[in-house]
Amino acid sequence: MGKRVLVVDDEPNIVTSLEFLMKKAGFEVEVARDGAEALEALGRTPPDLMLLDVMMPEFDGYEVCARIREDPAWAGTKIVMLTARGREGERERGLDLGADAYVTKPFSTRELVQQVKEMLGVG
Amino acid sequence: MLPVWLVAVASFIYLGTLFAVASFGDRRADAGRSVIGNPVVYTLSLAVYCSAWTYYGSVGVAATTGLAFLPIYLGPTLAALLFPFLLLKVLRITKTYGITSIADFLAARYGKSGLVGGLVTVVAAVGGIPYISLQLKAVAASVTVVMGDATPFAPAFSLGADTALTVTLVLAIFAIFFGARHVDVTETHQGMVLAIAFESVVKLLAFVVAGSFITYGIFDGFGDIAGRAMADERVRELFTMSGTGLSYIDWFLLTMLSGMMMLVLPRQFQVAVLENVDENHLRTASWLFPAYLLVINVFVMPVALAGLLLDGGEEGVNAADLLILRLPMDAGQEILALVTYLGGLSAATAMVIVATVALSTMVSNDLVLPVLLRRGGRHRGSHGDAGERPALTGLILNIRRATILVLLMAGYLFFKHVSGGLGLASTGLIAFAAVAQFAPAIIAAIYWRDANRTGAVLGISGGFLIWLYTLICPMLARAGAIDDGFLVEGLFGVGMLRPEALFALEGLNPVSHALVWSLSLNLLLLVTASLLGRQDNIERVQALMFVEVESSHETARLWHGQARVGDLCDLMIRFIGPGGVNRVLDIDGQRRGRRLGARDTADAEFVLLVERQLARVIGSSSARVMVASVVDGEGIGPDQVMEILDETSQVIEYSQRLEQKSKALEAATAELREANARLTELDGLKDEFIATVSHELRTPLTSIRSFSEILLDTPELPEEERSAFLAIVVRESERLTRLINDVLDLSKIEAGRMDWQMAEIDLREVIDEALDAASALFTEGGIAVETRLRLSRASIVGDRDRLVQLIVNLLANAVKFVPGENGRVCVELFDHANGWYEVRVDDNGPGVPRDFRRAIFEKFRQASEGPKERPKGTGLGLTISRHIVEAFGGRIWVETSDLGGASFRFTLRHMPAAGHSGETEPRAAE
Repeated sequence: MGKRVLVVDDEPNIVTSLEFLMKKAGFEVEVARDGAEALEALGRTPPDLMLLDVMMPEFDGYEVCARIREDPAWAGTKIVMLTARGREGERERGLDLGADAYVTKPFSTRELVQQVKEMLGVG
Repeated sequence: MLPVWLVAVASFIYLGTLFAVASFGDRRADAGRSVIGNPVVYTLSLAVYCSAWTYYGSVGVAATTGLAFLPIYLGPTLAALLFPFLLLKVLRITKTYGITSIADFLAARYGKSGLVGGLVTVVAAVGGIPYISLQLKAVAASVTVVMGDATPFAPAFSLGADTALTVTLVLAIFAIFFGARHVDVTETHQGMVLAIAFESVVKLLAFVVAGSFITYGIFDGFGDIAGRAMADERVRELFTMSGTGLSYIDWFLLTMLSGMMMLVLPRQFQVAVLENVDENHLRTASWLFPAYLLVINVFVMPVALAGLLLDGGEEGVNAADLLILRLPMDAGQEILALVTYLGGLSAATAMVIVATVALSTMVSNDLVLPVLLRRGGRHRGSHGDAGERPALTGLILNIRRATILVLLMAGYLFFKHVSGGLGLASTGLIAFAAVAQFAPAIIAAIYWRDANRTGAVLGISGGFLIWLYTLICPMLARAGAIDDGFLVEGLFGVGMLRPEALFALEGLNPVSHALVWSLSLNLLLLVTASLLGRQDNIERVQALMFVEVESSHETARLWHGQARVGDLCDLMIRFIGPGGVNRVLDIDGQRRGRRLGARDTADAEFVLLVERQLARVIGSSSARVMVASVVDGEGIGPDQVMEILDETSQVIEYSQRLEQKSKALEAATAELREANARLTELDGLKDEFIATVSHELRTPLTSIRSFSEILLDTPELPEEERSAFLAIVVRESERLTRLINDVLDLSKIEAGRMDWQMAEIDLREVIDEALDAASALFTEGGIAVETRLRLSRASIVGDRDRLVQLIVNLLANAVKFVPGENGRVCVELFDHANGWYEVRVDDNGPGVPRDFRRAIFEKFRQASEGPKERPKGTGLGLTISRHIVEAFGGRIWVETSDLGGASFRFTLRHMPAAGHSGETEPRAAE
């Protein structure tokens, strides 16, 4: 049974590339275009890991992260936050809210894939 | 018979004692432990009323006309009942308004009139001469008696001229040293009051001791004397009314006259009113003073009867006047006689001291100084006054000294040449009748508001002339100084005008006769003139303040000096500036119907107005002092005031400057704080901007890098996927380029470094060009474009490329929001007749919510707060558009379009030409 990864980003091109990378790495991939969709997908089948963009309209990544960590049912879901904001303190904020990793865009695709694999205990 | 040296030494020791007592009183007053703050001392000082007339003269009257001496004491006894009412009111007026003499009192009440003050002074001085003369005569006679001359006044002028003149000069010098020590009349003379009280004790004790000796030493008590007197037919007559030689009308008139003296006699006014330190003392005095009169009169009748019995029942009044002294002398009691002599001396000196203090103050303040100052010019100016002040003080003192000398010499001459044959009491009554002329004016002053200056002046003058005619002229005639024909035939031979039986009024005592006519005329003139005449402004104010003194304590102080409007304005200008002074003059001018000039004399109302104005600036008491200095000329000189003022205004100016500076500092601080807040805010905005730009740059970069790496790491990728990924890389690169261009444009515009290529252009062509540039977007999105360009040409001045960029931005913005199907965009151009063109780009998208219509033109606002659907774009397009429109003087805004979506509209000014300049931009309804 393969691991499941949920990609959440409002930037379609980025979603496309992440979906491609995760599938290539052998994970099952689900996609959400914003925070609300992400929580919906989460409610259906909790994934093993989430790639969560921070800057999204209305429901941003921090809020989604906080909601997930409020519910013990989703405690098993690992969260990797992705952000394009370069400001100091963002990383700390994300980790404080319960994210397991924090990745700044643009990122190295190889490193990202490697990190996800490690977090899921694969390969 | 006492040796001359003993009498002289005893006299000088006594006078020296008075100085000691007075200086003790003054020292205690200076030390703040006044010894006169005591009702008994006050009452004893009132007993200055009992002069040598009482001490010697009462016995003389009693020995000749029996009880006829009594009205002189009945009057004051009855008047004492009125102390707590009438005298109290006078007292309050005097204290409230700083009155310095009876002349000052009347002058102040009747419109601060120098005429009234001068007239009262003259009448008081002339009336005072007989009174002083009787003191001199009594002292001189008493000296003669103790030195052994048994019959000093028989014949009338046997008194050695040397003795009388010596007494006069000694008393004059004494009075000058004693009375005119200080120039200041506004303070009470505490030392003098104490000395007077002391003298009242001395004369009372001396008289009682001498009277007791005569009654119990020579005779066997009151019963013995009375019994023997009743047995003597000629003496018995003195116990009856007819023996007095006075009618009931005389009794009434003389009692009334004496009663008035408590108020109108200058020296009584001095001690009872001016020297009073506590109005509660009046209550004690109202019973203690009559008691004093009673005690000093107890032995009058026994002594008179004793004298008559011992001398065989025949006494001339001049001899009888000295019985109290002569009987102990005749009995060989020389030490007792010396004590009795000193008692008489004390009675006389007390009268002379107070009378001369009162009169000399009046003469200097109300008669001489006003004339001198008027002639010298009140406006002594602000130069050299400091040097003049000591000279002025000396002048005042010299005037007072001269006044004392003149009064005493006049008194000497009066008894020597005019009244020598008259008894002491008769001479005193003549003086009473003179000052009685003040009574109507004073009573009216405090109870009748309508009494006016004309009435007072006419009343006092008329009464005084009658007094001169009916009392003084006959005396002068009998003394041979003037022709005596008119005594018998009347003036101009008119019998009705006989001075001693005016209008055929006969059968009265001469003083009563004079009193009836003088007071009647006085009253008639006062009342008539007051009813017919009118008061001027000052008088009206003053009358009100006197009559209503009880209720007007809080009103401003009465000004009885005079001042020129110019002086007061000079004073005000230092505090309220020229504008303020003008306003005051305007206010005053409106009320009185004309504006005062600098040379006008300020009346009370104006002075009060000035005082009130100043009080607002420097407080009421300082204002009072300032105004007083200009109005009165008393206290501080104008020079000093100006100095104080200069200092004060410097301080005020300095503190105002400080205040201004501190205000400026505060303002600067506030500006700095504001600037700092703005900087912080700008800093925050800049941070936010950079973070946002960073995000906007990183997002396409992320895609580019990701796909590049995927393409690199996945050589086995199918061809169509490879092409799609490469196309993404290209589009994101373009996006990146656009963003960088926009950011650069914006930063150039915001920094003011944009290089605008201004030229005359046709807005129509600009729109066409923009539509061409955007045509690919429309085609791609299947969007219907409509244009309504009703003008063939729309000339403006602007940068062609930037305007194309502006319209392309708006079109691209519209394309982003129109629905995927049936998207519609409409471009319109209007010419507003008021000099403005308007361009509209409408779409049928979702529109812009009202709340965002302003925010939408700010940087990246669509990114963070815009509608849910995230638009594609840099988020800087509308911001740049706004900057471009504003750079050409126009305005951009968004409304709801006719198509149901957003309608972006902007205005641009017609190219400047005649008729199109200076127009304002139209305001769009929003």
